[in-house]
Amino acid sequence: MTMPAASVPAAGASAPVALGVRGLTKSFGGLKVTQNVNLSVAPGERRLIIGPNGAGKTTLFNLITGEITPDSGSVILNGEEITWVPSRRRPHLGLARTYQIITLFARDTILRNVTLALLGLSNLRWNPFIEIDRQQHLIDAARAALARVGLEHLADRPLAQTSYGERRRVEIAMALAQNPKVLLLDEPFAGLSVEERRDVRALLQAIPRDVTIVMIEHDMDVALEFAERITLLHFGEVIVEGSRTEVVADPRTREVYLGH
Amino acid sequence: MTAAQAKLGALAVALLLLVTLPWWVGGTYYINIASQILLYAVFALALNVLVGYGGLVSLGHAGLFAIAGYAAALMLENGYGHLEANVSGLLVVIVASAVFAVLALRATGIGFLMITLALGQIVWGLAYRWAGLTHGDNGVNVSGRPMPFGISLSSATSFYFATLVVFLVSLGAMMLFVRSPFGASLRGTRDQPRRMNALGYNVWLIRFLAFLFSGFWSGVAGLLFIYYNAFISPQVSQLQSSAEALLMVISGGTATLLGPIVGAAIVVIMKNVVSAYVERWNMALGIIFVLIITFMPEGLVPGSVRLWKLAWSSWRRRAPATAPAEERAS
Repeated sequence: MTMPAASVPAAGASAPVALGVRGLTKSFGGLKVTQNVNLSVAPGERRLIIGPNGAGKTTLFNLITGEITPDSGSVILNGEEITWVPSRRRPHLGLARTYQIITLFARDTILRNVTLALLGLSNLRWNPFIEIDRQQHLIDAARAALARVGLEHLADRPLAQTSYGERRRVEIAMALAQNPKVLLLDEPFAGLSVEERRDVRALLQAIPRDVTIVMIEHDMDVALEFAERITLLHFGEVIVEGSRTEVVADPRTREVYLGH
Repeated sequence: MTAAQAKLGALAVALLLLVTLPWWVGGTYYINIASQILLYAVFALALNVLVGYGGLVSLGHAGLFAIAGYAAALMLENGYGHLEANVSGLLVVIVASAVFAVLALRATGIGFLMITLALGQIVWGLAYRWAGLTHGDNGVNVSGRPMPFGISLSSATSFYFATLVVFLVSLGAMMLFVRSPFGASLRGTRDQPRRMNALGYNVWLIRFLAFLFSGFWSGVAGLLFIYYNAFISPQVSQLQSSAEALLMVISGGTATLLGPIVGAAIVVIMKNVVSAYVERWNMALGIIFVLIITFMPEGLVPGSVRLWKLAWSSWRRRAPATAPAEERAS
């Protein structure tokens, strides 16, 4: 099937879609964690996904990245269906993510962590005959990614000796280093102090518009300001979707969050 | 003197000691012990690729070691030359490693350990029971050692040097491997397999290729073994041999290059030298391992480095006058 890239015929939408999800459903035993979810994120859009604990937000990310396979439905990245593309291939197609629970290489330096992110997309990763520390282009690119998150001065520090806030930024640096078209951020502000939040917000705002960002976040103050459109998930279903003011004003949002 | 210079100096001294060993070690018996240490060091380094850098603990590597040995020994027995026998031994061990890997890499952790253990036992069972091929418990005799470049390896000294060359090549390959992007990929799959997958790495294939690399060098050690002993029997492939190799890696220090070598030296010396004086040498070996695990759970080499640093810093605190000068010099 050939179709022009970035134009996916979908119900009621002819606009180009950077990340699309169509009728995605997933159950764990009897528990439906994702129920017929539809998402359509435009190129360059900043999308916020909110919902109470257990709403299925991280599961939705895992379905998009392919770490979990859906029971039905499809995932579309830049006009191409990727539902059955192995998860390890998806970064090569321009999809990157960060983790809510920090998932880094604790025995290595910050620089090596970011270098591993770069190496993942390079054919050098199979090479057993050269020294990784002499691949200057990799190291330069890794330092550049660290500079974007303001950690260049700590590049050679072992990860074990860094603070929680610094590790959150390493997570983001690793995703940015891969130069993604679509970036999934899973609670990038979780556990950060007020100053750290300000720093991370500034660095997210500095990401150019050719990157589409989908973010899960509980901190409404930072998140609402960042996002253009908001999707509210509850028990695996999309309850409300719309602009910032629409979602905040919607009575169902109140109901989900306040329980009345 | 910088740390890098100190390391280089220590390496040069170690190399000099190894090259001159036949002249200072005191007799053929000890030269043979040294050959044994080196060949088991090759084996332990090979196993360390999976255990240390891959985080995959195998209890079936004696099976791979034995498969290469048996393949070459049987080729020799059937009148083939050393070159054909060695090449076939290595090809067979690579194919066997691929089969082991496909089956064992369905799991990690305890599952991986149990599958490799079972595979090793299958090799032992075949060596023991398939008497038509392997002569069962009688084993296979290997007559004569190869003559690379016309040099006879029949004397203990010349065989020692041949083993040393193979050991150095294997050590060089390991050094390169550890520092390479592929080595970094393998360590990544050990520490964060899920993240590695999300970063675009094929975790399974990385582990598979590492298994082949590990199996290949285990096979090389197996070939050295049959030439050293001039004999191979099912004993070589039994669980105890796999466990001994694992003890070499763990006692010396996993994920280090020096650790498996030191571990190989300890086990071989205990088995051969100490057993001449202490009847219950197995118990002595056990006590040594208990002591290592108790006081240096990370292994002898990293543990000694840690204790040395501790002693060094406490000595510097006691002598503050000299400390700043030392710091500037290093």
